[in-house]
Amino acid sequence: MRRIVLKSLAAGLLGTAVLPVHAQQPVDVQFYYPVAVGGPITKIVDDMAAQFNKENPDIRIKPVYSGSYQDSIAKALTAFKGGTPPQLAVLLSTDMFTLVDENAIVPIDSMMKTDADKKWLGGFYDAFMQNSRTGGHVWGVPFQRSTIVAYYNKDLFKQAGLDPDHGPATWAELVSDASKLTKKDAAGNVTQWGLEIPSGGAFAYWLFQALTTPNDAMLMNQAGNRVYLDKPAVIEAAQFWHDLAYKDGVMPKGTIDWGTTPKDFLEKKAAMIWTTTGNLTNIASNASFPFGVAMMPRNKRGGSPTGGGNFYIFKSGTPAQQAAALKFVQWATTPEHAADWGIATGYVAVTPAAWQTEKMKQYVAKMPAAAVARDQLAVSVAEFSTHDNQRVTKVLNDALQAMLTNAKTPRQALQDAQKQADRLLRPYQQ
Amino acid sequence: MQTVYGWLLLLPAVVLLAAFTHYPALATLWHSLHSTPMGSRPSRFVGLDNYAALFDDNVFWQALRNNLVYALGTVPVSIALALAMALWVDGRLPGRGLLRMAYFTPTVLPMVAVANIWLFFYTPQYGLIAQAMHGLGLPDINWLGRRDTVLPALMVVGIWKESGFFMIFYLAALQAVPPSLREAAMLEGASRWQYLRRVLWPLLMPTTLFVLINALINAFRLVDHVVVMTHGGPDNASMLLLYYIYQVGFSFWDTGYAATLTVVLLAILCTIAAVKFRWLDRKTHYQ
Repeated sequence: MRRIVLKSLAAGLLGTAVLPVHAQQPVDVQFYYPVAVGGPITKIVDDMAAQFNKENPDIRIKPVYSGSYQDSIAKALTAFKGGTPPQLAVLLSTDMFTLVDENAIVPIDSMMKTDADKKWLGGFYDAFMQNSRTGGHVWGVPFQRSTIVAYYNKDLFKQAGLDPDHGPATWAELVSDASKLTKKDAAGNVTQWGLEIPSGGAFAYWLFQALTTPNDAMLMNQAGNRVYLDKPAVIEAAQFWHDLAYKDGVMPKGTIDWGTTPKDFLEKKAAMIWTTTGNLTNIASNASFPFGVAMMPRNKRGGSPTGGGNFYIFKSGTPAQQAAALKFVQWATTPEHAADWGIATGYVAVTPAAWQTEKMKQYVAKMPAAAVARDQLAVSVAEFSTHDNQRVTKVLNDALQAMLTNAKTPRQALQDAQKQADRLLRPYQQ
Repeated sequence: MQTVYGWLLLLPAVVLLAAFTHYPALATLWHSLHSTPMGSRPSRFVGLDNYAALFDDNVFWQALRNNLVYALGTVPVSIALALAMALWVDGRLPGRGLLRMAYFTPTVLPMVAVANIWLFFYTPQYGLIAQAMHGLGLPDINWLGRRDTVLPALMVVGIWKESGFFMIFYLAALQAVPPSLREAAMLEGASRWQYLRRVLWPLLMPTTLFVLINALINAFRLVDHVVVMTHGGPDNASMLLLYYIYQVGFSFWDTGYAATLTVVLLAILCTIAAVKFRWLDRKTHYQ
């Protein structure tokens, strides 16, 4: 706190004493961003910053590529603890509790001065904002956001005698379609899998939410201090996932790597895959066959978790830097630029207004798949996020991997996870 | 005056050692006795609490066990392979330079690149190994997605990477062996095996010792392959100590506990070094 006061004082003094002389000096804003999907993301971000800097000569946004989402939060927090954090970063929306607990970020709603500002903050899809709010404040602004969608190979659907214009709509259809799409060679080895749901690495919990949400179960509360991993509906969803590999035999046994899943789809080794809609542009430009995109199949209801990254403004910047960072955030989420970003990457454009722009309408006419993730927002829920998020998430990921490698039953794995998560979250349950 | 001069000569090394070795080690020990600072809650002295937590931490024990298995599995095999390769390329054969280079290539490749190459080798269905197994009519195995195969899969990468490096040391040692010894052995009617067993092997002992210590330390320092290929999964089946320290320190931000784990790792490395200096050195014959 004292540092901020001193900095504000210093900035104020500089403002009155020095600014008239150095009025041309632009405000530097260091901007960390991750890359989590295929495609030339670094170039797209660099171009965006260059365009903004050209339009705003008094500000200089400096994009710094910071690795995967996990690397990015590690880098941003290391820099924060070392006293040289970025002023702006795109980090997972689920990192919110960690950033708030570390006292690292500014609540965005406290920066809203004018009516236009307030209107802007109210303009995002509510499904995305669910991961931005806690403790009566809004902490992050949606940017590269996604939901989980199913990609399916239309050629293989036709070969299997299925309707290539519709993906499976229910769990029952999912199992029956996937069995028809699973092929074996003479020796009994599978040459083509019906379905792949990635479970390796850091995202197993997220894909799991695409099963628990349709089964009408929430994994945590809004305050981020309680989880419900051992509820019957959750265990049922885990059992369904386990059965896909071990009972129905339509998905590889063991864990499936997040990074190679899109490749398996492009290599026609998997007829259906579940992954982020952020992979849409990558798959569209590399697929040698027509493909379809479908929403998560329903069971008791429909639904997917949202996912992806938010903009966060760091406390450590000077007021001038914070204001400049906000200006860039507002610029990047205007309907025009949000549409550009969505079209270039495949992420869901974050405001309804962006979908009303002319270029977005043309894009959707050409690529109807892009609208699937948007339509799914109506039934989407918040991504799993709690206090001590990385650690609690690891507990859940470990449990899911233990169950998928048959080391524990789904019930046992999730009951163990619940116990461990309860222990981790106790300090946050006053 | 002479003493001052001597100390001045030592000064650069002392400064570097103190700044990058001794101070961090002591600071780590100090931090391991404190809780982790969080937001507005400052760090406080907790004594041995962090070490007590260690005993209840299943992931830590799993990482330690995995690390031991990894070391016991990779070190002897890579040393044996290194020696075999060195003996092979030490002889007079055509294309010797090329062969030596081929063996050494894995060593000069960056670890992350190596891990990415092997990630592709291990990919089920269309990866290199999967294709070879299809050719032989064998079933497809999800090498990195099963608890029983993931650690051996990482160990193979480690062996592939290390043995070429150790070969260089053996090659250098072999070339320092005087040819007269071999001639004398042949005159006495010793077989090639006897020559290897009774003459070469004892002469190579210092090299073996050096390689052994290095290999052990490398086994406990390994992290790159885990990051790229498995993230310690599935369910911690390939979790190694250093990766766990990274996770606790930089994903969970539990710096106090990460310091505690680091102290454990340091203790293991110091033990290995002590064994070398106190015990193995005495049993080794230096020329």
